[in-house]
Amino acid sequence: MPIAVKTCSSLGEAAAALSTDRGARFLAGGTLVMRAVNEGDLAVSTIVRATDSAFSEIRSAGARIAIGAGATMAQILAHRELDFLHPVARLIGGPAVRSAATVGGNLFAPSPYGDFAAALLALDATVSLQGGYGAREAPLEECLASRERSGGLVASVSLNRPASPGAFRFRKVSRVRPKGISVLSIAAHLPLSGGRATGARVAYGAMAPTPIRAKAVERALEGRTLDTAGIASALAVAAEGTNPATDAIASAWYRREVLAVHLRRLLLNEPER
Amino acid sequence: MSKTPVQFRHNGVDVAVFVDGGANLLTAIREGVGDTAPKFGCGQGTCGVCTVLIDGEPHLSCITLAEAVAGRSVETADGLKNGPDLHPLQRAFMEHFAAQCGFCTPGMLMAAKALLDKNPAPSRAEVVEAIGGNICRCTGYEPIINAVLAAASAGPGRQRA
Ligand SMILES: Cc1cc2nc3c(=O)[nH]c(=O)nc-3n(C[C@H](O)[C@H](O)[C@H](O)COP(=O)(O)OP(=O)(O)OC[C@H]3O[C@@H](n4cnc5c(N)ncnc54)[C@H](O)[C@@H]3O)c2cc1C
Ligand code: FES
Ligand code: FES
Repeated sequence: MPIAVKTCSSLGEAAAALSTDRGARFLAGGTLVMRAVNEGDLAVSTIVRATDSAFSEIRSAGARIAIGAGATMAQILAHRELDFLHPVARLIGGPAVRSAATVGGNLFAPSPYGDFAAALLALDATVSLQGGYGAREAPLEECLASRERSGGLVASVSLNRPASPGAFRFRKVSRVRPKGISVLSIAAHLPLSGGRATGARVAYGAMAPTPIRAKAVERALEGRTLDTAGIASALAVAAEGTNPATDAIASAWYRREVLAVHLRRLLLNEPER
Repeated sequence: MSKTPVQFRHNGVDVAVFVDGGANLLTAIREGVGDTAPKFGCGQGTCGVCTVLIDGEPHLSCITLAEAVAGRSVETADGLKNGPDLHPLQRAFMEHFAAQCGFCTPGMLMAAKALLDKNPAPSRAEVVEAIGGNICRCTGYEPIINAVLAAASAGPGRQRA
């Protein structure tokens, strides 16, 4: 069935178009929306696009960085100040996926996708949500938790640069390299004070219907050293709060079973194998 | 429902085609322009046979909204040759037996071109990375990787020989 395509010059206009039409779907890079369209998904009757150039802009001022939700993985990789996010963007699909796949689309990509969203969660990112009349700021965690219901349009994502270059770590576990889909992914921001973790943030991709924070792990790391003894209690609660799916990539059992192994390697900063 | 006109540059020539709402770029190129070099494999972004360059960047045309390329430049494997002369990548593919059934070849060539246009002397790992989104069921990939490396080491001297 042919689909109506609405091209909007501003995000406000796009937000208004989305809120008035239940069959309307926002299209960013389209790597997932066009799959649904090609399959003849009847839930999509209207595609809404935005041509606003600010939508894909990346701005950094001091430690604070604002990434337009329409920025692609390729743009992230071309931006030198976002070097800490390069290992994450590089692991999303192949080069032709990365030149289309956007940061905003990754926040809405169903599990096991959402590797970039997991990284942003660990960096305490906030999102700017665009309504028909204006924008409001919200924690990314809240946006992810309500993403099935809200239908909100994300204009940009803001975050602080990691405390030090080594403080941000990311691991993606997949069966095929370089472009396999995640068995799971783990992102962590681990600021140290006197050699001990303080205010650690740990997030998982593909371990629940949306990327989630591993809050039990974060609590168990507080004040600990990142060595075998220091991380033992965090590993013991690694799977707390997770609810992974069984899909073509891995079973829920397998995901839960290997989670602590990969968390240990990340926390001890062991080389990937 | 009415069709929408889309104008873009196709292998250096301005074209205008009419597309259905929601049509993908692959359909617009194959059925609208009549260039059957990019192939339809999965329609899901997973096989890479539909790879084209948009403003020099590799894209999967099956999951690109046709209307999104309005005013932009699209290159397909059909535009690689220069009159009777094959592109160095095409020649290297021939010399290194990098095509068996040939179905993946137009996508492989464009993924490889995207790499060599930016990085004329890639490492083996960089070649593997560049074709990481392209599936080949025949060759086992080694001949393709070798062909891309050979085209690169032949260097610009062989470009458009
Ligand atoms: C071959 C292949 C491999 C892939 N590999 C990976 C991978 O390794 N890791 C991974 O995480 N993902 C992967 N993906 C999934 C996908 O490409 C990415 O998640 C990508 O970031 C989605 O972005 P997009 O711009 O293409 O989204 P679109 O398809 O445009 O949109 C996806 C969803 O998000 C919504 N949306 C998009 N932008 C916004 C916004 N600004 N505000 C509100 N809603 C919005 C859309 O309405 C839609 O529901 C892969 C996809 C393919 C085809
Ligand atoms: S047909 Fe486009 S990736 Fe398979
Ligand atoms: S040559 Fe047959 S798929 Fe590659």
